[in-house]
Amino acid sequence: MPSDILAEPETGASATIGCIDCDLHPALPGLKALLPYLSDYWREQITMRGIDAMDLALYAPRHPLSARPDWRLPDGRKPGTDLGALQRDALDAFGIDLAICNVLYGAQIVMNQHFGAALCTAINDWLAAEWLDADKRLRGSIVVPMQDPEKAVEEIERRANDRRFVQVLLPSAADMPLGRRPYWPIYAAAEKYGLPVGIHAARTDRFAPTCVGWPSYLIEDHAALAANMQGQLLSLLCEGVFSQHPKLKVVLLESGVTWLPSFMWRADTTWRALRMEMPWVDRSPIEIVREHVRVTVQPLDAPALARDGRDPLPAILEQLGAPEMLLFATDYPHWQFEGDAALPSGLPADFVRRIKSENPLATYPRLKEAVA
Amino acid sequence: MSTQLAPEAPAETRLKIIDCDIHPLLRNPRDIRAYLSPVWHEHFDIYGNGLRQPFAAGDLYPKAAPYISRRDAWPPSGGPPGSDLDFMRQQHLDPMNVEFGILQVLAPTGANQRNLDFGAALCSAVNDWQLAEWMDREPRLRGSLTVPQDFPEAAVAEVRRHGRSGKFAQVSVTQRTLEPIGRRRFWPIFAAAVEHGLPLGIHSGGNAGHPIVPGGGWGSFYAEQHQAIGFAMQAIVTSFVMEGVFEEFPELKVVLIEGGFGWLPALTWRLDRLWERMRSEVPRLRRPPSEYIHEHIWLTTQPMDETEKPRQLRQLFDWVGWDRLLFSSDYPHWDQDDPRWAFPFRMSEAERQQLFRGNAAALFGLGEG
Repeated sequence: MPSDILAEPETGASATIGCIDCDLHPALPGLKALLPYLSDYWREQITMRGIDAMDLALYAPRHPLSARPDWRLPDGRKPGTDLGALQRDALDAFGIDLAICNVLYGAQIVMNQHFGAALCTAINDWLAAEWLDADKRLRGSIVVPMQDPEKAVEEIERRANDRRFVQVLLPSAADMPLGRRPYWPIYAAAEKYGLPVGIHAARTDRFAPTCVGWPSYLIEDHAALAANMQGQLLSLLCEGVFSQHPKLKVVLLESGVTWLPSFMWRADTTWRALRMEMPWVDRSPIEIVREHVRVTVQPLDAPALARDGRDPLPAILEQLGAPEMLLFATDYPHWQFEGDAALPSGLPADFVRRIKSENPLATYPRLKEAVA
Repeated sequence: MSTQLAPEAPAETRLKIIDCDIHPLLRNPRDIRAYLSPVWHEHFDIYGNGLRQPFAAGDLYPKAAPYISRRDAWPPSGGPPGSDLDFMRQQHLDPMNVEFGILQVLAPTGANQRNLDFGAALCSAVNDWQLAEWMDREPRLRGSLTVPQDFPEAAVAEVRRHGRSGKFAQVSVTQRTLEPIGRRRFWPIFAAAVEHGLPLGIHSGGNAGHPIVPGGGWGSFYAEQHQAIGFAMQAIVTSFVMEGVFEEFPELKVVLIEGGFGWLPALTWRLDRLWERMRSEVPRLRRPPSEYIHEHIWLTTQPMDETEKPRQLRQLFDWVGWDRLLFSSDYPHWDQDDPRWAFPFRMSEAERQQLFRGNAAALFGLGEG
């Protein structure tokens, strides 16, 4: 491991928070679970029309990636729906002191913007009442309706005083690229309340999942989520979101890590050649990414040995050039690793401590309040 | 004796280069009419191109320079950059010691026409034009046999028409297809390429209506479109592998042109991981994706992945494989790579020979191997 990666961080952080899981997924058992949190109108709509099928195709309950075999619930219930199992298999098993809950559901994707907004509000209420109230280790991400940025800002404001919500959660696809101006009020609100914006891998099917059309297989959809995140990050960079919001942090969730160095290099080359198109981007994308972007470590997308016969991870970390970028995650209940190997073996203890504790605390200001 | 790239070096010490991406252009867009079947002349005159873009001419994302070209590449004879063979010899082929150069015709494009019959006719015209005005006049040049991939019967016929002429280095389809290129409808083209002993070349560009942020919509800037060439290539590699194309066509060789290569290691690692979990969905695969990729995929170097530190570029080469990278200049385009300066790290004489000549010679069957 190169020595500069092991350097002590400048900011001291408490040792009392040893392990922070920055991406795990409590799951809605179904739309009916939200009925108590919805208006009479939406309760009636859902009931009368028989609406109850908004699980995401990417993580449909039986698909291999949706749950590790030993994390599946014995009675066939949807993975992630059982608090006791989440406490046992994730929080207790990994010694997690704080965990950020990212609820993946159709609320941010459904076409009807009014329905989407109502569902997002209901999900946040449900998360607070049934998960955050039930275990002091849990923190939440505010699910916001991308279909209607004004409503998204309202939702952030409604939730901002509940300090257990530590992040705004966006799907990695919406009606247009995430850097576009109609979304800027969301970034302004997030910045104002000290909330990083988490972008979670998602497929919304407004457009084909790839630049070359609709692939045949789900495995291709999952593969495409890395390029999807690359395109969204490039949009944020080129449109000037980080120039406009100098305190904004963006966390890329569940979309791989190892693509980042070559992405940054290409973005830098392109920016040097074409910065005339985006004069508001006044420094290299490499600098901007290192300062503003964080990434969870599930999945890393790094094999034990690369084609040159060596472990590629030390080189990737050196290329990334910013050890503060990496955030620990189990991605529970998704199947990313076996046993307790949430991190690759061989990482120095100091580096592991940074990923598990210091980096998340530096990224999410509200997590520090748990230390006090 | 080590070879050199400097044009001023003595001839016997100069490295011979195979340049896998050179862009010739019509002097006037209407000149293609002379090569177009007469039944299409009226259509050509009245309707012209029928592409998936809203402007009658030009691009949805205005480019960085006229004709995407170097400012110094305008031939003194008039006409746009890339349209004058003599000037191409003077400015590029001779000084860079190009032993063979492989042409890529970006316009006109038959492969992205919405009218499939017109597209097929235009592909044939472009191929005949390459032969008559470039390969027949300059023995160092080889063509790319452009085919209408959305009309496989016509594509196969075009491969049969020219595939054994020895003048075309590869069969060429557009990067931006309506569907990912590994899907079954395209397989007859792969069979024809293999039958004729030709690799399949895929050059960046085109538009089939799918946005440049994968799954996410239309970006605002040419800068985004420019980087999206790598996003498209990632989906292309994924499709070839997951569809089992390389199980069905074990002799198929695929060349990814002007899409960069820095994205390939991370993609390969990602596909291997996903395959471990989801192999039951793609039972045609019998081996990890990385093995198919290493055996079947070649990549050209331009536009170079410009790492922060030179040794990181070398690391990328080590991960992709020295035997899979092909030098390309992209002459006369604005972002072309100069073989003298594009590789700012030390390489051995053997590595230099592979990169600038050997890999391409073996792949395309050029020169003395």
